[in-house]
Amino acid sequence: MTGRARRRPATLNLLIGICLVTWLLLAIFPFVWTLWGSFKVEGDFFSKAGWQNALSGPLTLLEHGDTFTGAGYHGAWVKEEFWRAVLNSLAVVVCVVVVSLTFGTLGGYALSRSTYRYAFWLLIVALVFRAMPPITLVSGYLLPFYQLNLWGHLPTAIIVLVAINQPFTLWMLTAFFKNIPKDLDESARVDGCTQFQAFRHVIIPVMWPGVITTGLFSFLLAYNDFVVTAMLLSKQNQTMIPKIASFLGTTQTEGNVMFSVASVVSVTAPLFLLVMFFQRQIVSGLTAGAVKG
Amino acid sequence: MFYKVKSAFFLAALLAAGTAQAQTNCGATSGRVNIVGNEFPAIRSVAAQATRCQTGSLTVRSNLTANHQRINLAGMQGNPAEYTSAIVATSSIVELMNNNVLRPLDALVAAHGADIPRNQLITIDGRVMAVAFMANSQHLVYRKDILAQIGAEPPKTYEEMIRIGRTLRERGIVRNPIGGAYQAGWNLAQEFVNMYIGHGGEFFRPGTPEVAVNNAQGIAALNTMKALTELMNPDFLTHDSNATSAEWRAGNVAMMNMWGSRTGVLMAREGNQPQVSDNTTVGAPMTVGGGRIPATTLWWDGWTVARNVSDDDARATFLALKHGTSPALLNAETMGQAVWMIAGYQPAPANKGVMDTMAMGAKPYPMLPYMGLLHTALGDGIAPFLQGRKDAATTLADIEAAYRTAARERGFLR
Amino acid sequence: MRHTVFLRFFLPTALAMLTFIALPIVSVLVQSVYAPHERVVVEVENCTPFGCVKSTVIDQEATRKLQEERPLGRFVGGDIYVDRSHLAFAELGQAWNGAATWHEFVRRLMTLPFYKALAFTLTYMLFVTPLSIMLGFFVALAVNALPRLLRGPTIFFSLLPMIVTPLVGALILFWMVDSRGIIGSAVQWLAGDDDLSLKASTPLTWIMLIVYGTWSTAPFAFVVYYAGLQTVPQDTLESAMLDGASRWHRIRYIVLPHLLPLTTFMFLIKIMDNFRVFEPIVSFNASAHAQSLSYFIYSDLAETRLLSSAAATSVLTVGGVLVLLSPVLVRTWRQFGKA
Repeated sequence: MTGRARRRPATLNLLIGICLVTWLLLAIFPFVWTLWGSFKVEGDFFSKAGWQNALSGPLTLLEHGDTFTGAGYHGAWVKEEFWRAVLNSLAVVVCVVVVSLTFGTLGGYALSRSTYRYAFWLLIVALVFRAMPPITLVSGYLLPFYQLNLWGHLPTAIIVLVAINQPFTLWMLTAFFKNIPKDLDESARVDGCTQFQAFRHVIIPVMWPGVITTGLFSFLLAYNDFVVTAMLLSKQNQTMIPKIASFLGTTQTEGNVMFSVASVVSVTAPLFLLVMFFQRQIVSGLTAGAVKG
Repeated sequence: MFYKVKSAFFLAALLAAGTAQAQTNCGATSGRVNIVGNEFPAIRSVAAQATRCQTGSLTVRSNLTANHQRINLAGMQGNPAEYTSAIVATSSIVELMNNNVLRPLDALVAAHGADIPRNQLITIDGRVMAVAFMANSQHLVYRKDILAQIGAEPPKTYEEMIRIGRTLRERGIVRNPIGGAYQAGWNLAQEFVNMYIGHGGEFFRPGTPEVAVNNAQGIAALNTMKALTELMNPDFLTHDSNATSAEWRAGNVAMMNMWGSRTGVLMAREGNQPQVSDNTTVGAPMTVGGGRIPATTLWWDGWTVARNVSDDDARATFLALKHGTSPALLNAETMGQAVWMIAGYQPAPANKGVMDTMAMGAKPYPMLPYMGLLHTALGDGIAPFLQGRKDAATTLADIEAAYRTAARERGFLR
Repeated sequence: MRHTVFLRFFLPTALAMLTFIALPIVSVLVQSVYAPHERVVVEVENCTPFGCVKSTVIDQEATRKLQEERPLGRFVGGDIYVDRSHLAFAELGQAWNGAATWHEFVRRLMTLPFYKALAFTLTYMLFVTPLSIMLGFFVALAVNALPRLLRGPTIFFSLLPMIVTPLVGALILFWMVDSRGIIGSAVQWLAGDDDLSLKASTPLTWIMLIVYGTWSTAPFAFVVYYAGLQTVPQDTLESAMLDGASRWHRIRYIVLPHLLPLTTFMFLIKIMDNFRVFEPIVSFNASAHAQSLSYFIYSDLAETRLLSSAAATSVLTVGGVLVLLSPVLVRTWRQFGKA
């Protein structure tokens, strides 16, 4: 980004400012509300008597002697051992991102460099694959997985998540690789490298913006996934989202709903810290202009 | 030296006694038990009690989740099945029966279950397929202080309930006096099933999968439901039992038809406003249309044993779950979790409704192979009538058409 | 690139997709033309703690033979595709013949579940797709104009609607839009109507779902456009400024065309995702007011286990997506040819 000062009229700056602030308020308000409410009891936060109760907390006062309580957090982390689910999620997310990006960069590179028509058709086929509703796919996996004894293990969920998200990863990475000029690896090949060596020494150093963007989405897809992890994992090795859903359950036992509220806040807060600390890398990764002209 | 040895023995004896309290001898020492079921507190207690049988090479695990009906059939179809036992209810046993994954328990009952009360055994076509351990039903729940304000007795019929509700609204005491879990889907269909039975209707032509709800009783049931919804919170089509209970606990409702298993939470002091919880009273189920049978259904929950497991595992499962639902289960914490069909059960005030339902001779929920298809068709089809978009006869005709399409696909109808 | 080299690069991803997507799709296609065998039902007596009643069960012996002979089931061809829960050709014909006016025909059409769901799904897709993409674009433009220091936190806050898990986010929002919740009360105050409830009215529920859909998917467009904005060639922009082009002209004639491939990509993904809308309906308990094709699949795979029906709806969903995407795909073909 050039340091050139593009003089913007003050009114435009104001307009931009107002729009951004409005958008940010809309974006964060529910979360801030949730953060505040996670320290209350269910009767206050989900009060059918009036939303003001979520702010003032009368039932919390009645039950815990203070308008703020850590009961939700205690129940989720200590009683229901939410930290296990966090570790499971960590394992799943890291593996999914790494494997997904590995498969995706190799495949995307090949698709971007191929000059044959079949590369286009493969992308279309991948698109059709993505169109299939995941619930249908996962329901179909149940019986074979039970029979082959694959159900309930973390690696199974990891591979399924990688596979189901391959079409999206392929499309994104192919687009990014197309933006890397072919001359780069072609000159390497002329110098005697094999295709893979060209990929490794020439492409990998410059592919990071695309890889980081795709990695971000892979991360979010694995982090927020519910359909696959809810149906393919057992109680013992559930990841975070199905665990939060299980707190809700069918018979909302007294207080369990607040466990899920507290857990949601718990899982979003670290992301905030991560982004704050790594924002330089993320932003520069996103902005390292790989495209010229 | 001698002192040290003596204390070591003492310590060892203490440890041995300690572990003996945690594990019990259920009569099996080897085998694999894996239970799948819903995650109600009552079922969790049963699974925990069954896990006490773990000893030697006998392992007991459980997977209790709200999703259980999506995974239990696939999990029991493998060979060997992943789950050796499924905890089912009146409606969820049907699909497992349809696909023949349950083991008849007659031999196991004869060998190990002589002390199980006969009325706990669920027999289908003469063979024992499940052992029931708890009962549930929907019945009246009301706020005695609000009814006292207008000097009304708790309603015995739905017509009385509507009259009382209208009075409460006219006098400005409660804006939306009636509560009901009328969420489109399973809950709404269940309310129709209750009301239809109350009006004396039969769902199918006897002995066949031919549906027959488009009749006078069906139309009467729909009209009663419509009259009730006029006195409910206008969001009723999005309210399941959780939301209805939440409305109750906020003090917005005076009367409702609620599951017995949920009344305990409403009557407890914890997490409730004292005025609401102290005045929450449980009543008997109501009749409708001058009928004698209450407009409600009786439900049982029970445990089963899978067919595709070794005889050893089946025996271990039987013994573990028998222990899980034995009188040893009942203690101060578990007593109030359900209406247990176990010797030594002491009903709490919250359970009076279910006991009344049984005493009044209410009908059990139909355990037919194709009832689930009708239940789903009802759940999807009643909302337009309540929203005023269709008349009663067209609604029921469309529901029957939806059922027939599903039944044709599943092979019940040609 | 030689074919063998291509294969070696492409193999891992191809294997993953073949095993977990291609094979299941074939299986789903096959399942959609087969139905379970016809069941013979016999009368029996069931005894429960509540007494004995006459009931029926499936005759397992009679079905076992059929099952062993033909494990796939009964071949029904396209019957499931045209039955009442799907394309409903017979009922369509009846509605057409029986209706005197277009209005009446549409009214009857909306009583058929598939078409009712299609109406909501298409409306949702037609509104949410352009709205979320435009919102994401404008937010990206605005963030791009911010000083560097503020960008990190702003990016994170803008991502929040997408990060916060839809499950609980919707639960909390579901309460907030309740007539006693803060958003619901605000809407009542704005409209001046004390009885207004977002959850009680179908049009308002649709609007609520569309707003929620836009809000939660705009961040995706934002991130992609933000990355794309960084790659706009500076020299072209500068020469345009020297030529006296206004800000709006610069955006319209340089930035937008440069972002066209990304926009195409996003339309592809968004149309596909919005056509398969499902989570908002479940989270907001809105199935009385709005249904979608994916919701039907979800409910078919639950207690009733209508597997062939779910398979047929899945195939119809994929077909629908392809039909909707065809204009965008044609454009991609042309772009691919250029590269």
